[in-house]
Amino acid sequence: MIPSIPQSALFKSSFRLYAFIFFAFLMAPLVVVAVFAFNDSMFPSLPWHGFTWDWFFSDQEPMLGLFHDPQLYQSIATSFLVATCTTVLAVALAINNAFLFERATFRGKSVLYMLMLLPLVIPGVILGVSILIMSSSIANYFDDVWAIDIELLRPGLALVVIGQFAFITTICTLIVAARLRSFDLSLEEAALNLGASKLQAIRTITIPYLLPAIIGAAVISFLMSFENFNTTLMLVGSDSPLTITLYDRLREGATPVINVVSLLLMLASVVLALGNYFLTGRKSTVK
Amino acid sequence: MMTKGKSKTPLKLGLLLLLCPLLLWLVLLVILPQLTMLNISLQERIAPRIYEYGFSNYIEFFTEPLYWNTFLRTAVMSIIATVLTLIIAFPISYYIAKMLRGRAKGLLLVLCLIPFWVSELVRTYGWMILLRESGVVSSFLQYIGMTEGPIEFLYTDATIMLGLVYSSMLFMVVPLTSTLESLDDSYIEAGYDLGGNGLSVFWQIIVPHAKPAIVSGCIVVFMLTLGNYLTPILLGGKSSLWFTEQIFTQFITRFNWQQGSAFGVLLLSISSLIVWLGLKLSRQSFSKVMS
Repeated sequence: MIPSIPQSALFKSSFRLYAFIFFAFLMAPLVVVAVFAFNDSMFPSLPWHGFTWDWFFSDQEPMLGLFHDPQLYQSIATSFLVATCTTVLAVALAINNAFLFERATFRGKSVLYMLMLLPLVIPGVILGVSILIMSSSIANYFDDVWAIDIELLRPGLALVVIGQFAFITTICTLIVAARLRSFDLSLEEAALNLGASKLQAIRTITIPYLLPAIIGAAVISFLMSFENFNTTLMLVGSDSPLTITLYDRLREGATPVINVVSLLLMLASVVLALGNYFLTGRKSTVK
Repeated sequence: MMTKGKSKTPLKLGLLLLLCPLLLWLVLLVILPQLTMLNISLQERIAPRIYEYGFSNYIEFFTEPLYWNTFLRTAVMSIIATVLTLIIAFPISYYIAKMLRGRAKGLLLVLCLIPFWVSELVRTYGWMILLRESGVVSSFLQYIGMTEGPIEFLYTDATIMLGLVYSSMLFMVVPLTSTLESLDDSYIEAGYDLGGNGLSVFWQIIVPHAKPAIVSGCIVVFMLTLGNYLTPILLGGKSSLWFTEQIFTQFITRFNWQQGSAFGVLLLSISSLIVWLGLKLSRQSFSKVMS
């Protein structure tokens, strides 16, 4: 079953066939989404009515292209805003956490580390719902006792950012901490010996070393936030991010404009992720 | 390293500064919300806006067949999906890890990852285009003359299962592949030299070696499947009966937060229970499996 053990040709080719079917299965849904973005029809289905760019650029109803569909491009902008906020928060806290877990020694560290991993086992729907309950409880309390309405704690973009921040931080922490673990402390000591202060040493030596992991974490965080659905669904208010808008459209009955958005989303995420994969090495991109 | 006496005070302060943001995040966004949910789930409504502590929401869950049937169904289907994912993923991981060399290996692994960088919504949408009544598969079957009229493949349990297995694949393939890669070829050769055949080498050498990855892959897949929302809803339609959908309905549609919280606590409990059991059975630590 390894190359050095002789195997029958049938065994090998059946393995190859299996792998082929498996990858066809993996790619099929992505391929059809991409192909039907160019179908000159009101529905993303066969028969094929010819190739068109209308679903990208047309400004006429009923085939309103993506770039003339304000609901869609506004929700893309919303998603960008949410993803940027989430990424900044999550990466900043991740760097902080990495130093805490890799450098500091204190009692209860392993317990704290386990608690830090908790968001990975809480289903996204539950995480969203529980944050919704708590923020609403706080908001109701302020409303009842002091008659102050805190808009930020009601369903809306701020809560979406908070909800995503809650679990994306864990993933970013794992990525940054893994890189910090492989850092050679003697480099920092050398900087200290050469007269740098502790902060200077970290800023000029350690942070540049961490940079690939920080960028990697930021890319992953941005993608996860942009594509998140479960947590977002529970916390969203009147401004819907892209995934929520797409979901609503899907339930109303999709037109190929959804394929166009999906295609662009696929291209963007694959380019980002592949770039990240090849720049920062394999391990960190997986989870 | 600096000397102890010199660094003691600044380190303490530094530790506190590093600890604060983590604790704030952990307590405010992760722990307190879960406790609030538990608290709300234990409140029963006496009169409008008046609540008392009690277990009525949980009793409601056990007495209303729809609720616990949905719960059971979600759990059973998640287990089936996990097993199917393992069975389908294992040969692929083995193929990538042990039968391929050099560039082909890296390429196939990246191919496995690609679908998972794409939003779950897009992937599910792709399956909808393929499988619906006017979809690609139905049209193709009519074209080659296998069927007369269009066939609806959506809204069945088999379709939900397909979607669940599809969206879990990566979380099985990646740990399996990296663990199988670490299995030294000479062990397999030794197995054959000692008179083993393909089957005995598989069960006595390969599977034991891959066991940690099998366990952690299964835990992650089960958890993700149990908490999945999009795939059952979009591929299963009204007949999906998925437990996360019940939670959503209680919270957003019926505005019964007490009942919804009870459901949330139940889902979280079974999810944690399974993770705990898996870790106990395989004697692995939570930190190791998750990272």
